[in-house]
Amino acid sequence: MKVSLLATCLVDSFLPPAALATVRLLRSFGVEVDFPEGQTCCGQPAWNAGHLAEARSMAEHTEAVFADAEFIVLPSGSCAAMLRCHYGELLPGGSAGGRAYELAEFLVEVLDVAEIGPGLTGRRLAYHHGCHALRELGVRDAPLGLLRAAGAEVVEWEMDEECCGFGGLFSVKNPEVSVAMADRKLDTLPEVEAVASADGGCLLQLEGRARRRGIDIAFRSLAELLWEARSGAS
Amino acid sequence: MELPSLDYRARSRRSLKETPAVRESVTAATRSFDDRRRAAFAGLDTDGLREWAEAVKSHALTGLHDHLELAEARLEERGVRVHWAETAEDVHAVVAAVAEEEGVRSAVKAKTMLSEEVELNPFLERIGIEVLETDLGEYIIQLLDEPPSHIVGPAIHRGIEEMRALFHDRFGTPPDATPEELAARARSVLRDAFLSADLGISGGNFLVAETGSVALIENEGNIRMSTSLPRVHIALVGIEKVLPHWSDLAAFLQLTAKSATGQPVGTFVSVIQGPGGSVADEPDGPEVVHVVLVDNGRTRLLADPEAWEALRCVRCGACLNICPVYRQTGGHAYGHVYPGPLGGIVTPGLIGLGRASPIPFASSLCGACGDVCPVRIPIPALLHTWRGRAVDAALTSRTTRAAMTAWGYAGTRPRLFAGAQRVIGLLPRGLVRRLPLLREWDLGREVPRPAERTFREIWKGGIE
Repeated sequence: MKVSLLATCLVDSFLPPAALATVRLLRSFGVEVDFPEGQTCCGQPAWNAGHLAEARSMAEHTEAVFADAEFIVLPSGSCAAMLRCHYGELLPGGSAGGRAYELAEFLVEVLDVAEIGPGLTGRRLAYHHGCHALRELGVRDAPLGLLRAAGAEVVEWEMDEECCGFGGLFSVKNPEVSVAMADRKLDTLPEVEAVASADGGCLLQLEGRARRRGIDIAFRSLAELLWEARSGAS
Repeated sequence: MELPSLDYRARSRRSLKETPAVRESVTAATRSFDDRRRAAFAGLDTDGLREWAEAVKSHALTGLHDHLELAEARLEERGVRVHWAETAEDVHAVVAAVAEEEGVRSAVKAKTMLSEEVELNPFLERIGIEVLETDLGEYIIQLLDEPPSHIVGPAIHRGIEEMRALFHDRFGTPPDATPEELAARARSVLRDAFLSADLGISGGNFLVAETGSVALIENEGNIRMSTSLPRVHIALVGIEKVLPHWSDLAAFLQLTAKSATGQPVGTFVSVIQGPGGSVADEPDGPEVVHVVLVDNGRTRLLADPEAWEALRCVRCGACLNICPVYRQTGGHAYGHVYPGPLGGIVTPGLIGLGRASPIPFASSLCGACGDVCPVRIPIPALLHTWRGRAVDAALTSRTTRAAMTAWGYAGTRPRLFAGAQRVIGLLPRGLVRRLPLLREWDLGREVPRPAERTFREIWKGGIE
C-alpha cells in the first residue's frame, strides 16, 4: 500500500516532528510513504475567512500535486476535513477529498489497527478533540482508542470537545475572545502531563496561551505520541 | 442615514476587560441550559425529529404567502384584526393607531424578541404609553435599562448578587433575599400592572395557518396574564413563524422547549384564536385582539437562495447555549438583538451586510451550533456564505485581504512558499511579533517559533 503524506503548512513549519512521526508510523505498518514536494497549504485559512478564490486556487494546486496518490494522509483533522468536506464545493468533480484521511482515522479505519504498541504505559494525558475532526470527519473514538491501547490514561476533561478558540483567522481578527476561549480550556484542564491533539492550529493556540500564562504543561501532537507508543521511545 | 457597522471586536474586548463576571454568568447559565437539552433528548430519535421539523418549516416557508393568507382569513373569521407590517415603522404605526383608538395609557408586555427587533418600547414611551415588561428576566433588564443578552434568558449575564443589590435598591428587599423572595417582590409589582393595564403586547412562537392560532410558550404565567387580562391584546408575529397544520404544533412545542431549556414542554402554552367569546365555551379573554404580521426584512431573506434557511429558526437559543464564542461575552457584544450563531445568519439578512459584516466572523466555525439546531439550519455553512459575501464586497479589513491574497499567491507556487517559510524562520523574533496579524496573536499568546528545519527539508535529507 502506498500513502502520500500531506504534512500541512503548520506542521511543516512549526511541528515537523509530527510529520516525521507520521512517516515512521506508517512505514512501521508496511506502508510505503511519499511526500509530494509541490505541496503547500490546503487552502483552509482562506476558505474559513471567506476568500473563496484563493481557497479554490490552493485546492486546485493540491488536487494536482496529489493527483496520483492512492491515499492522502494528514496529521491534522481540520486539513483532512477541508479536503473531504469542502473541496467538493470548490472543485466539483475533484477526487482528493475522497482519498484524504486524518492519521488516526486512517490507522483505524483503513489499516484496521487496534493496537500499536505499549509505549505510553502509565502516561497521563488529556485529549483535545479538534472541532473539524470531531464534527466534520466524525473522528472521536479512533485517537482515544489508540492512545488507551498503548497504555495511556486519557483523563476525563469536561471541555475536551469545546473549541480552543483558534479558528484560523478568527484567532487574530477577534484575539480577545479567542484567548478567552483558550483560557476556558486551560482553566478546566485536569492534572495531566500533556495535552494531545491531532490539530496543529489547536496545539499552537493552546500552547501559546499556556506559555504566556506560565502554565508548565506539554502540548503534543497525536502523531508523535502514537510513534512513541509504537517505538517505545520518548 | 447609514448607521455605523456593528463593532464586535471592540464590544467583546470591552466586555471581557470591564465586566469579566458576565463571562462567568453566561458560561454557567448556557452550560446548564445545554446539559438540560442533552438530557431532554436522551433516548429519543433526535435526528429523525430534526429532519421532520426541518421539512415542515421548509415546506411552510416555500408556500409562505398562501399559509399567511389562510391564517389571516381564519383569524378574521373570529373577529381578530390582522395587520401586515413591512417595516419597524409600520409596526409602530399599527400599535399607535390601536392605542389611539382604544385610549390606551399603559401596556404590559410578554417577552417578545420581535418587539426588541422593531424597538417597540422606546416608541411606546415616546408616544406617552407606560410599558412594563412582565417576564422576570425582561423586567430585570428593563430596570437596568439594558437590552437582552440572550433570546430565552434575557438577564443571564447578571449574577444573583447583582439581582439582590438591584432589588434592595429599588424595592427595599433584604440584601440577602432568596431568589424566591425576589421573584415574589416582582410578582406583586407585576400583578397590579396586569390588572390595571389597558393593553397587553406579546409575540408569537407559532402561527398555525389552518386554524388561525397564535401559540405562545412560557414558564412564568406572565404571557397568559398579558394576553388575557388587559382589554386589548396585540400579538406581533414574524411571518416566518407560520406552521401550515394544527397537527404540526404539538411536536414543535416540545421540540422548542426541549431545545431551549430541556423541558418536555413549556410550563404554560397559550393558544390564542380570538377575543373573549369568539370561540365556543371560552367567554374569557380580551375584548379586542390584533395580530400584526411582521416582515422587517424577512421576505428579502426568503428570496435569497443561499441564505433563506435561517428563516426556519424557532428562536430556541440552543445555538447560543453551545457556542463557545457566545459564552465568553453573552449577547451584548454582538450589538444587535439576535446574538451568537443565530445573529450571524439572521442579522445580515435583516439589517444588511453593510452594517452586520463583522457578525458572521464572530465565530470560530467550530460547528457545534449546526449539530444542535432543532430545524437543522446549516449554521456554519450560512456563516461561511455571509463571510464570502463580505469579502467580495470588500467589507473586511485591508490587512486580512492583503494577507489572503499573498497566501493564495504563494500557495500555488511551491518554491516561493518554501522560500517564504525559510525567510519567516530567519526573521528576528522582535520583528515577527510586530508584523500585522502576528501582532494580534501576540495579544495574550506567545508567537510560535518556526522549527530549525522544516519538514520539507528533513524529508530531502532522508528519513531513517
